[in-house]
Amino acid sequence: MCGIVGLFLKDQSLESQLGALLANMLEIMTDRGPDSAGFAIYGSGDVGYRKLTVRGGNLDGIANALGAGIAGIVRDSHLVLSMPAEEEDSVRGWLATERPDLVVIGAGQRIELYKEVGLPAQVTKRFDLAAMAGTHGIGHTRMATESAVTTDGAHPFSTGPDQCLVHNGSLSNHRSLRRMLEPMGMRFATDNDSEVAAAYLTWRLQEGSTLAEALEGSLNDLDGFFTFVVGTESGFAVLRDPISCKPAVIAETDQYVAFGSEYRALVNLPRINRACVFEPEPARVYAWERN
Amino acid sequence: MRRMDLSETTRRDLNSQLHALLPNTDETHWRVENPEGQHALAVGLNIPVTVEIAGHAGYYCAGMNSEATVIIEGNAGVGVAENMMSGRVHVKGDASQSAGATAQGGLLVIDGNASARCGISMKGVRIVVKGSIGPMSAFMAQSGTMVVLGDAGDALGDSIYEAKLFVRGTVKSLGADCVEKEVRDEHREELRTLLDAAGLKDEADVGEFKRYGSARTLYNFHVDNAAAY
Repeated sequence: MCGIVGLFLKDQSLESQLGALLANMLEIMTDRGPDSAGFAIYGSGDVGYRKLTVRGGNLDGIANALGAGIAGIVRDSHLVLSMPAEEEDSVRGWLATERPDLVVIGAGQRIELYKEVGLPAQVTKRFDLAAMAGTHGIGHTRMATESAVTTDGAHPFSTGPDQCLVHNGSLSNHRSLRRMLEPMGMRFATDNDSEVAAAYLTWRLQEGSTLAEALEGSLNDLDGFFTFVVGTESGFAVLRDPISCKPAVIAETDQYVAFGSEYRALVNLPRINRACVFEPEPARVYAWERN
Repeated sequence: MRRMDLSETTRRDLNSQLHALLPNTDETHWRVENPEGQHALAVGLNIPVTVEIAGHAGYYCAGMNSEATVIIEGNAGVGVAENMMSGRVHVKGDASQSAGATAQGGLLVIDGNASARCGISMKGVRIVVKGSIGPMSAFMAQSGTMVVLGDAGDALGDSIYEAKLFVRGTVKSLGADCVEKEVRDEHREELRTLLDAAGLKDEADVGEFKRYGSARTLYNFHVDNAAAY
């Protein structure tokens, strides 16, 4: 069992509240996943610039050491570095040489990604999610069944620029998919089955598919149980496998699209009483794009 | 009427108070406010009281119901009226998966749609869905009657025993051993009674429904299949 939540705003006036709304949704999903929690937020970010989310210890001073033009914000065990896009390779190179103990867990123009072991309320507080603003966000509360309770195993997984995925379920052909994806240039940081699903979508997007087409492809190529919520720089999508054992509820208003493993996660959203609340059908891709 | 506000009272308190009622109670009408999708509301009732849930309910609402009437004024989560024995459960919105699973009696009415596995392993319950039902509905249904005014998803009635299924719209596909059957007068009569009981006196014409049930070819092991094991 796991809990997943997502919030995609249509109304700009809610953007300053995105983090607070998402934090509440995650906390309500604690009894579906008390082991660890994580979230991705699509916040500010200019064209031509990149953000890298880095996880590890002793993060103070890294931005300074990287030199002029590189900004850094430390939030607990995570550091978000901002830089001109052309500097990304040299920053990654410096990190690999000087600080091999750190891992880059997310990269893109706007994505920031945080995850830690612990109760969702503790995790959201450590990173002060409630104060974050953005256009959309995705979160996950984990009850580990297949692998250890570690930060590496926490969701979301990000395997491509501004992309992220959260997963409730388990995949049975992730080993063979991994062998298929590695020669295509996909790199994996963990042994987790959900990371393979994320990389599968990244590969399809690289090949030119739209997000909806990439998800359609996963219906044929992934074997197992899944409810996915996926974010890109401008998009938000939901997909359930054809057997649809894993729960899912969507609420849509003219202000937002919200996803929860259970309706309970959505009860504190603005004007939820007037939302169109429905259960996404199995094997059908639901996708939204920002205008 | 007793009002219980779940923003102030716990669900366990609600259920305990309902379970403590004696058959001769005067408190026969309850209204549950601010349910907020909580699970296991009004489960295990066993006397003829009416409980209105003023909003969306979570999992297993009105599970194991006997004699009581439970009305959900929103959507119901997984397993509404699961293993109902008797009484009536009315969902005014949509129902999630496994509505009426294994239920042995009573009447389950869903005004909206029911998703996957509606009536799975039903054992005597009567289910009326005014909208459509999802895939794998009436899987291994053993007895009882299901009426669907809309459409049915994939694999309707897979491995069905003796339940009767009536569908007015289209059926995406039939499951193993489920076949369309002739609608005779006794079926039209049963259908009429059930539609009337669900409050659909003028809304549905029994002539528009098709009947589905078991071809009864999976009842016994067939020696020709021995090689499959």
